[in-house]
Amino acid sequence: MNDSVNLQLTRRRFIKGVIFSGAAATSGAGVYLAANAQSGNGGMERLITLTINGRTRRVDVPPTETLANTLRYRLNLTGTKIGCNRGECGACTVLIDGVPNYACSVLTHNVKTKQVTSIEGIKAEDGTLHAVQQAFIAENAPQCGFCTPGQIMSAVALLANNPRPTKAEAAQAMSGNLCRCGAYEHYLNGVLRASGQIA
Amino acid sequence: MSTHIGFDFTPPDVPGKVTGEIKYAEDYKREGMVFARLLTSPLPSGRVVGIDAREALRMDGVLGIFTADDLPPVAPPANPALASEYVSFVGQPILAVAAVTEEIAESAIEKIRVDFERRPFVVDPLESLSPGGANAYPEGNTLVRTEEEGPEGTPIRGAEIRDVKWPQSAIDALRAGKEPKGAEFTTEWSFGDLDAGFAEAAVIVEEPFVTIGYPHHSLESRTCMAYWENGKCYFHGSSQSQSANDNGLARMLDIDPANLVFINEATGGGFGSKIGPYPYMAISGNFAKRLNRPLQLRITREQEFYIGSARSGMQGWIKMGVKANGKVSAIDLVVVNDGGMTGAGSGNSSAQHVTVAYQPENMRFRGISVYTNTTPRGAQRGPGQNEMAAVLAPIADKAAKAIGMDRVAFRRMNAIDSDGFEGGGQGPVTSAFVREALDQGMRTFGWEEKKALAKQNGSKVRGLGVGIGYHGAGGRGYDGLVRIGTDGKLYIHSGVGNLGTYSYAGTCRAAAEALQVPWERCEIVRGRTDNHLPHSSGQGGSNTIFTHTRTNWVAAQDAISKLKEIAAQDLGGEPEDYTIGDERVFATADPSRGLSYAQAAARAIELGGKFSGEEYPDDINPITQRAVQGLAGSGLIGVAKDNIPGEGQPPGILVGFCEIELDKDTGKLEILDYTAVADCGTVVHPKNFENAMRGGAVWGVGLAAFERHVYDPQNGLPANTGLYQSKPPTYLDVNVETKMGAVNIPDPQNPTGGRGIGEPTQGAAAAALASAISDALDGHVFNTAPTTTDMIINHLAGNDYSTKYLKTNTF
Repeated sequence: MNDSVNLQLTRRRFIKGVIFSGAAATSGAGVYLAANAQSGNGGMERLITLTINGRTRRVDVPPTETLANTLRYRLNLTGTKIGCNRGECGACTVLIDGVPNYACSVLTHNVKTKQVTSIEGIKAEDGTLHAVQQAFIAENAPQCGFCTPGQIMSAVALLANNPRPTKAEAAQAMSGNLCRCGAYEHYLNGVLRASGQIA
Repeated sequence: MSTHIGFDFTPPDVPGKVTGEIKYAEDYKREGMVFARLLTSPLPSGRVVGIDAREALRMDGVLGIFTADDLPPVAPPANPALASEYVSFVGQPILAVAAVTEEIAESAIEKIRVDFERRPFVVDPLESLSPGGANAYPEGNTLVRTEEEGPEGTPIRGAEIRDVKWPQSAIDALRAGKEPKGAEFTTEWSFGDLDAGFAEAAVIVEEPFVTIGYPHHSLESRTCMAYWENGKCYFHGSSQSQSANDNGLARMLDIDPANLVFINEATGGGFGSKIGPYPYMAISGNFAKRLNRPLQLRITREQEFYIGSARSGMQGWIKMGVKANGKVSAIDLVVVNDGGMTGAGSGNSSAQHVTVAYQPENMRFRGISVYTNTTPRGAQRGPGQNEMAAVLAPIADKAAKAIGMDRVAFRRMNAIDSDGFEGGGQGPVTSAFVREALDQGMRTFGWEEKKALAKQNGSKVRGLGVGIGYHGAGGRGYDGLVRIGTDGKLYIHSGVGNLGTYSYAGTCRAAAEALQVPWERCEIVRGRTDNHLPHSSGQGGSNTIFTHTRTNWVAAQDAISKLKEIAAQDLGGEPEDYTIGDERVFATADPSRGLSYAQAAARAIELGGKFSGEEYPDDINPITQRAVQGLAGSGLIGVAKDNIPGEGQPPGILVGFCEIELDKDTGKLEILDYTAVADCGTVVHPKNFENAMRGGAVWGVGLAAFERHVYDPQNGLPANTGLYQSKPPTYLDVNVETKMGAVNIPDPQNPTGGRGIGEPTQGAAAAALASAISDALDGHVFNTAPTTTDMIINHLAGNDYSTKYLKTNTF
């Protein structure tokens, strides 16, 4: 493992920290109890401006709503999947200012000033798929595909920081993304292909 | 020469999966859609005395509640969508509330008061079988098949729940690793002469074992959305299968299957838990009908744990006799299954694994499945076979060691071949080449070379393991349907579901191969009933490759016959004077005389009748008949039932070889090498085959080392409902490099040569890993699946490990 990976928290540890220090997840409606959110419902502006995939969007969002919910159910960006809604699986991984985050564990109001990138936002303007997407197709990497958007977002972030990771480094960096089909090795091959290490 | 079978291609849904554009059930919306949420049981066992929903129903936005009274009554062992009087596991749905938003529905759930009476509960089958033990249901603890004499001597077969108790001596014997004499079973079979078999044995190994069930944890929880238009139900459901849902779901909705449009383009995992319609589908469809609104029921991750099904557990005993030459002469097997609240046990399948893996000369199986107040159980990837593979491998190793035989050689001696048998009925197999697989695996893995290496390195010790996984892998008698359009393209209609294995696509290649159409000129038509899809098998049991390469092949043959008939009609001569190639049908003697597929399709429409689907064979299923009716007049239709002659079970068999390094200070193990070689006939899609090997290996690691139900025995509460506690393997728990291969000998009963292999990929890996753990620890036999780190550490510390008393679900 090289230093660049050592310095990074694993995704799971990072998310655990967020959950234990932040709000508590409710059962499943994608809403957080706002016990220690920055402010309660009273007086908070619901109509906010978000920057999603490079575009600004005005959205009416309650302060207790998670980013995963907003993306899927208000902006119809359904590529972001909700697998657990409690920061355990990584299916909802998006980039916030380039850093992978579980969208189910982030309040939408907390990303008002951030750049949010979802799976729908990584292809080029002309529609060319991102190198990771192309490589995942070449490796036939997705199985059921439900975790795939999250896996891709983690891979995109990894390659931005470490353009030629080893398989072990990639496994470490993507360890916050569960795949119940067990497609891990296909995804790792996809990462290596995207980084130009296999053709 | 093959043009499609055995070559890589990109299944058409893969790009949508990497862009996020493909839609799962939960991704669909509908104007006016409302949302339902479930209220579930907090008790493992009890009776619902009263429900007070008045406050909830007064809430703004709440549209209604839906209870068992809104559905036909369901008696155990069927798993009711909603509990009626009795609840039998924590998390059992009791009612659903619909509201204009999910948040309101959820808030309304909190306002509903349910009064319960508590009942005794049980989470361990042997506890329930013990004298005075609690029963999961008021009527008893096990399902017994009944047969009474009916009118004119016709037997009336049924089933009823009975209270079965074993003598304490039998319970004690099983826990002590001995035969539970005097115990009552509900399933028994035998072949040969068991006593004679043991008398011939040079070595007899006798061991208890326990396997612990665990949930499927499909990453997409089973969302359903339904709406009704003009008497038709449009149903978006998460399912492994497509047309295999039609009849059952229509029954749940009390409609003619012709009035059901089941839509299922992609599914976020199933692993056996979504093969056919599951009970909760009844809520969405019927509630939507009652409210006359599109309704989505999206369940939580925790609810998916509760109602998403789970593998059955086993408490058992095995006695294996081995002759001096290594041949297994006798096996006596007892399995007590943990059936959860549905009573589903897979003991017979476990016994089936034993028959295939070791071909015993004589064998007896006795089993009973016991209800417990735990989650519903059902098929999970190689149900019975795979957990048996995991606990049996180290026991077989012990037997091999006792007669001084190499562990691979022992398996080779007992390996099934094409003249072998499977199951208690000793039925034939279509073909089997396990010795070839073992030989290939040994070479690829370097078994002999690795055996010669040093075993100990400081606190770390190496272990080598070998395992066999088996599952029956193919069905017969389903239908195929293809259409050649006037654009000359081949449209392959598939009623196969998309569960992520891509077998739906691989099997369609058989039609392209038969009709010699380039893949880019083919289109797979699937995903919703109104795409006119044929009767197809459920996507379970590793069957799809065998089953549906055959159906697509026979449909293509029908199309070829019609192409030749049309050519003969238009161009003269007899059909047999014609051949096909380059998307044309032409005279064999004069290739310039022919029709393009596009021209033939246009002529089929003009000719009508059987050529364009106005007529069809009598023996195709009503589902296929409706599909053909929908396509009639749109091209040249090839449609046929798979009547390819043959007999026997097509086996899917995998051998796995595993090398681990186990840290004796921490109990942590690292997989250094894993090699898998399949005996699955011709490999239809190499890239996908490789990925199946890898994914199955991950599942094998979960079964052998991590995953288990944990219930608090005092309160009957599940302790690991989430993914984090439940521990499906992550990237960091598995090997990052799998070596794999295939014997690649065609199965004689499939025109493309293929058989399925999905499920055995897990069993072989689990068995190989369990074998390697045992080898690392000088042959210690844990007799558990999973064998977790704490068990290993306790063993190394000289302590009892947690499953000494064969406890399952508990600790």
